[in-house]
Amino acid sequence: MKAHEPITVYIKPTHGLAALNLRDLWTYRELIYFMIWRDVKVKYKQTLLGMAWAVIQPVMTMLVFTFLFGRVAKLPSDGLPYPIFSFAALLPWGLFVTALNHGSRSLVAHQNMVTKIYFPRMILPLSSVLAGLVDFVIAFFILSGLMIYYDTLPAWHALWALPLFLALTLITALGVALWLSAINVKYRDVNQALPFLTQFWLFATPVAYSSSVISDPWQWIYALNPMAGVVNGFRWALLGAGSGPNPTLWISVAVSLLLLLSGLVYFRSTERTFADMI
Amino acid sequence: MTIAISVQHLSKRYQIGAAETRFRYNMFRDVIVDTVTAPIRLAKTLAGRSERRTNRNFIWALDDVSFDLEESKVLGIIGRNGAGKSTLLKILSRVTEPTKGLVIVRGRVGSLLEVGTGFHPELTGRENIYMNGAILGMKRAEIDRKFDEIVDFAEIGPFVDTPVKRYSSGMYLRLAFAVAAHLEPEILIVDEVLAVGDAEFQKKCLGKMGEVAQQGRTVLFVSHNMSAILRLTQEAILLHKGKLILRGPTQEVVDHYLSSGQAQAGERLWEPEEIPASAAPFTPIRVAVCDRRGRVVDTVRSTEPFHIELEYRLEAPITGLRIGIYLSTIRGEYAFTSFDTDDPQLFESHEVRPAGHYLSRVQIPADLLNEGRYTIGVNASSFGIRRYFLDESALSFNVDISGAPGTQWSEPRVGAVRPRLNWTIEQIVSAPTR
Repeated sequence: MKAHEPITVYIKPTHGLAALNLRDLWTYRELIYFMIWRDVKVKYKQTLLGMAWAVIQPVMTMLVFTFLFGRVAKLPSDGLPYPIFSFAALLPWGLFVTALNHGSRSLVAHQNMVTKIYFPRMILPLSSVLAGLVDFVIAFFILSGLMIYYDTLPAWHALWALPLFLALTLITALGVALWLSAINVKYRDVNQALPFLTQFWLFATPVAYSSSVISDPWQWIYALNPMAGVVNGFRWALLGAGSGPNPTLWISVAVSLLLLLSGLVYFRSTERTFADMI
Repeated sequence: MTIAISVQHLSKRYQIGAAETRFRYNMFRDVIVDTVTAPIRLAKTLAGRSERRTNRNFIWALDDVSFDLEESKVLGIIGRNGAGKSTLLKILSRVTEPTKGLVIVRGRVGSLLEVGTGFHPELTGRENIYMNGAILGMKRAEIDRKFDEIVDFAEIGPFVDTPVKRYSSGMYLRLAFAVAAHLEPEILIVDEVLAVGDAEFQKKCLGKMGEVAQQGRTVLFVSHNMSAILRLTQEAILLHKGKLILRGPTQEVVDHYLSSGQAQAGERLWEPEEIPASAAPFTPIRVAVCDRRGRVVDTVRSTEPFHIELEYRLEAPITGLRIGIYLSTIRGEYAFTSFDTDDPQLFESHEVRPAGHYLSRVQIPADLLNEGRYTIGVNASSFGIRRYFLDESALSFNVDISGAPGTQWSEPRVGAVRPRLNWTIEQIVSAPTR
């Protein structure tokens, strides 16, 4: 007695650009869920402080930033209290860095899965990126608390703007992670390069400072970094800082989508050699 | 009959050497040269013009293999290491792509290559069952339905909510196998899993496989264990250096494999750097397992006598020298110990062994060993004076029990030996007749 008519699979060499085959990803959606669940479950196992780390990490970073950049360097914060000014930026930035780091290492970290069984390989970077959302939600509650303390209310447009900017963060992280995880299979140089990449990217993103310090003619080039658009968007949506999305945001969106699409294509076209190369 | 798997002109090429030579630094100079040329290399690679492209070494792990397998048949795949068995399975389970050719597979493929893949030591047994099930392509509802059955099969009852890092290796393995065994694919690939676990569990696994085959599912079974292949399959293929060289009834293919000397060379040569300085003046050269006809073999039949040979050199005479072997099972239980001068007469005639080149050879009688893999340990010593050399696992070999006593029952037997003993059955009191 069979529950379903057996499917027929043709196994043959693929050439050139493989089809994106996103339907396969849908068939395996439960695996995505389980991978995220496992990442979350295991992350704080055998730690003394457990889930408290999800609170400690962003709060400590915020305190360091507030002291160094707010008090010592006295960077302008658009007239907002520096703690919430930096925390509103650390929120998407923390998600981005976690997603990027875990996503880029995901294939190599799950070598035994890659060399032993079939499943859409894209599940690994995808679930690693999405797993970052749990810490994001926790950090979000901390920010809410801070905002209540500083008596700041988000604007109504936060309701539609936040999900959009959140999506932009995830798309950017996934796009880069697809590229780097696939390259990492062949060249472990990625592991060495990642810390620098995230560090430089942090400087190119208005996390510690306000993007108002960038002079107008440079804004267009600055917008090539999608995370700049994201951080500005978060500050605008949550704290009402700045004037809101301007045409340069479209550049950020375009770059982000380009990263994702090219990442998908590159990943799919190298996917067939993963098990042999890793 | 429908064809479940159709393999057509399948070939797989692997590139060897290039990566290893590139990443091996022999000298500090190489490190510097490598570092300086790194940007050039990066540019070349990105431009797709790597210098390595010219001097690549290829190996054809599979070379034009074709066969069809009908639905609900059990096919054995045999061949020595490197024959292409694993590559074939990897292609069938879609882990890796073929270089040429085509495979048409009808139905979901489940494989027991991946027992325990995705198991996380920090997760509990329960959590790992769900995780592993999802990795193998099971739906959550399906796992819910089979959960109790899996726990029962794995015999982990009270520990189901304990992290698997606290499990014994046996429990871990049983759980891993249990999940995979309950996948219920239309096509099942089994690779050597039966070599692990205790006898009782092996029996269960074999039972499960037989059950799977009876349910009308197609099974591909790879093993070095010839008696398991004989028990479980009617038909087999033999791979050699990537080519399919024989397909036929299992008995025929196994006989061909065992007799053609394709079974892996059961020989070990000691490299100079493997011999400690303290062994002098004793120098071990080689140990080998030879079949009845003197050919070096990896697999011996328990129904035939075979030889173990030790070749060595003495740079100076040694008094009271004895060269011997320890035989132990793969699980580390000793089967026996024997020395070349065990016989008092030989001991007296070889009181002092002069310098020279020697061969100590011992015949192991037929009907002694049980099925499985055995390890030969080598010892050279003078009793009460000194031990010159010891290699606890110098060489290992397989014992195949086809035709041995009791093989009419398809159950593994405990114990390192499987002697042919003389039993008698007498009726002492006959039943009253009317």
